[in-house]
Amino acid sequence: MSSARDDILGRLRQRIGREPAGAPAAHARVEQVIAASQAGPRPSYDGDLAARFIERAKALISTVDECAAPADVPARCAHWLTGQGLGRQVVVSPALAGLDWAASGLDARIGAAGGDDPVGVTGCFRAIAETGTLMLCSGAQSPAVNSLLPETHIAVVQREHIVADMEAAFAVARDAFERWPRAVNFVSGPSRTADIEQTIVLGAHGPYRVHLLIVG
Amino acid sequence: MEIRSMHFVSRVRQRLDDTELQRNLQRTRGRNAAARLASLSSLDDFDAVRERATEIRASVLRDLDVWLERFEAQATRRGATVLWARDGDEACRLVIDIARRHDVKTVVKAKSMVSEEAGLNAALEAAGIRPVETDLGEYILQINDNEPPSHIIMPVIHKSKEQVSELFARVHGTAAKTDIVELTREAREKLRPEFLGAEMGISGGNFLIAETGSVAIVTNEGNGRMCTTMPRVHVALTGIEKVIPTLDDLATLLRILPRSATGQAISNYVSLLTGPKHEGDADGPAHMYFVLVDGGRADLIGGDFEPMLRCIRCGACMNHCPVYQTIGGHSYGWVYPGPMGSVLTPLYQGLEKAKDLPQAATLCNQCGVVCPVSIPLPDLMRKLREKQVDAGLRPWSERLSMRLWAWVAQRPKLYARGVRLAVRYLRWLADGRDRIQAMGVAPGWTAERDFPAPAAQSFRDQYAARRRAGR
Repeated sequence: MSSARDDILGRLRQRIGREPAGAPAAHARVEQVIAASQAGPRPSYDGDLAARFIERAKALISTVDECAAPADVPARCAHWLTGQGLGRQVVVSPALAGLDWAASGLDARIGAAGGDDPVGVTGCFRAIAETGTLMLCSGAQSPAVNSLLPETHIAVVQREHIVADMEAAFAVARDAFERWPRAVNFVSGPSRTADIEQTIVLGAHGPYRVHLLIVG
Repeated sequence: MEIRSMHFVSRVRQRLDDTELQRNLQRTRGRNAAARLASLSSLDDFDAVRERATEIRASVLRDLDVWLERFEAQATRRGATVLWARDGDEACRLVIDIARRHDVKTVVKAKSMVSEEAGLNAALEAAGIRPVETDLGEYILQINDNEPPSHIIMPVIHKSKEQVSELFARVHGTAAKTDIVELTREAREKLRPEFLGAEMGISGGNFLIAETGSVAIVTNEGNGRMCTTMPRVHVALTGIEKVIPTLDDLATLLRILPRSATGQAISNYVSLLTGPKHEGDADGPAHMYFVLVDGGRADLIGGDFEPMLRCIRCGACMNHCPVYQTIGGHSYGWVYPGPMGSVLTPLYQGLEKAKDLPQAATLCNQCGVVCPVSIPLPDLMRKLREKQVDAGLRPWSERLSMRLWAWVAQRPKLYARGVRLAVRYLRWLADGRDRIQAMGVAPGWTAERDFPAPAAQSFRDQYAARRRAGR
């Protein structure tokens, strides 16, 4: 009995009219399409990408704060959490371990979030101005769970990492990663659902709030 | 899923008489269509994006065998296992084998329409494995005795919050809540331990990316992320037609998928997953599998219905369909409702099992106009009607009357006399009014609408009279 794979591919080849001799040319064509990949038609933005990003992120019900230098990040986080009454306990992605969290008065643990961590703090690979979206790449220094399990997600965004659109972010990532990350998560505001009577409710399974701290 | 499309007419009748369902459908009617329209302005040139999206999907189908091989090679290189299934039953067997291999007791599921095609939940249960649906809508359906979805992206659009409240109180044994925020919280709290405890997660796949060997999953709730991050095994179950070439193509398609579906510029979560957890990774599943399902797709390549395989499952066609909006999704009797379902169901399940579906359309072409990948849905429904005629599937009365009509239409004098007779009869029925309220020879026609009374003279007679008068 032939395998399902051979059956399905065989039927496709028959329907397409592919002769065995034509396969190498088709494979070469496909490789060429990938190598020559180009962005499709996309909206263009005049002016400040960061301003556009902030405006779109707020429209997605993220909150936004700004600070001048990376060293300010722990204190700004602590200030915002206190203001919101969200406590002091945070789990911080290893990528941000170099900052002085203890000095901010936060009860910070460096590592990956568990089901009971109330606040997760992450970095951000790139941020996308077109839609106000974060691009988070998983890895040893950046657990995917920190932006998923806690009820509050704080993302630290470097101002110079704000790019126009997804294509621009992909272009940076293709150069930056020798090995494409296991999980690339595009996050656009808090988790939400509209399954019951099309009424939007925040915090379906992921965070109830997403707070962005823009640095620089 | 077992097909019930052969009972279309009686199911429609039931649903038109169901006042609660009609009230629920009315509540959200037109909302997504309006949101879609409002969201298009944020693209400088929607038509250009739509054209590009159409070409991306069409170009893959022209070389689908090679694109699949490219995807498979890349995914395998990243440590994922790619499996193939000829049909739903084979897909179920593969998933059960994977579950047994990894000693899986509980599976958390993100939305996968292919798993509905295959009837995966029933198969898992029969194998002693517990499936838990985690999309809020799908969860509601599952705990309501495995009710089928009525819309591909809003599975419980046919339900009111009172119905959900009553269901939760009964199944969860909690006090009844009518606040939607509280209902959602209750489901979150029920499902959180499942995410943390399940050994395996099953997702669908919105797109498979040949460039990187990744699957892209689009959700708003975050359940797709949970199912593909927390359990130690991830299985992505999807159709063979879902491949796209590159990440840039993904970016293009993501500009129109959420807009066409719900009017969002982007869905809350787009996850691009590539291989299992790698050495050094902080988290992620230890094992990743793809199950690529044919289920009737390969047979459409190279034929009249190939454009249907471009479908990206946004639901815009049903959101704009006057028939769907009136009868609801369950009437269609299989996994896919609305115009795309009326085309896919007969193609995947057999023309003779879904005879009424291609007829259940006014061919108004709203669906064709809004389809983000330019599928000519009304043309495809018309072609299915032709196939029904060729296969002798239409009732004898219809075939006889068509033959009779053709015979008369080929004899102009007889035709003209027939028209004159019909005009006199209809005007007699109209009795001086411009509408006929009860059609004597075809009472069914006027059971729910009036028939316009014809002019006193047919066009041909008027034309002839004018010619004679030299005008």
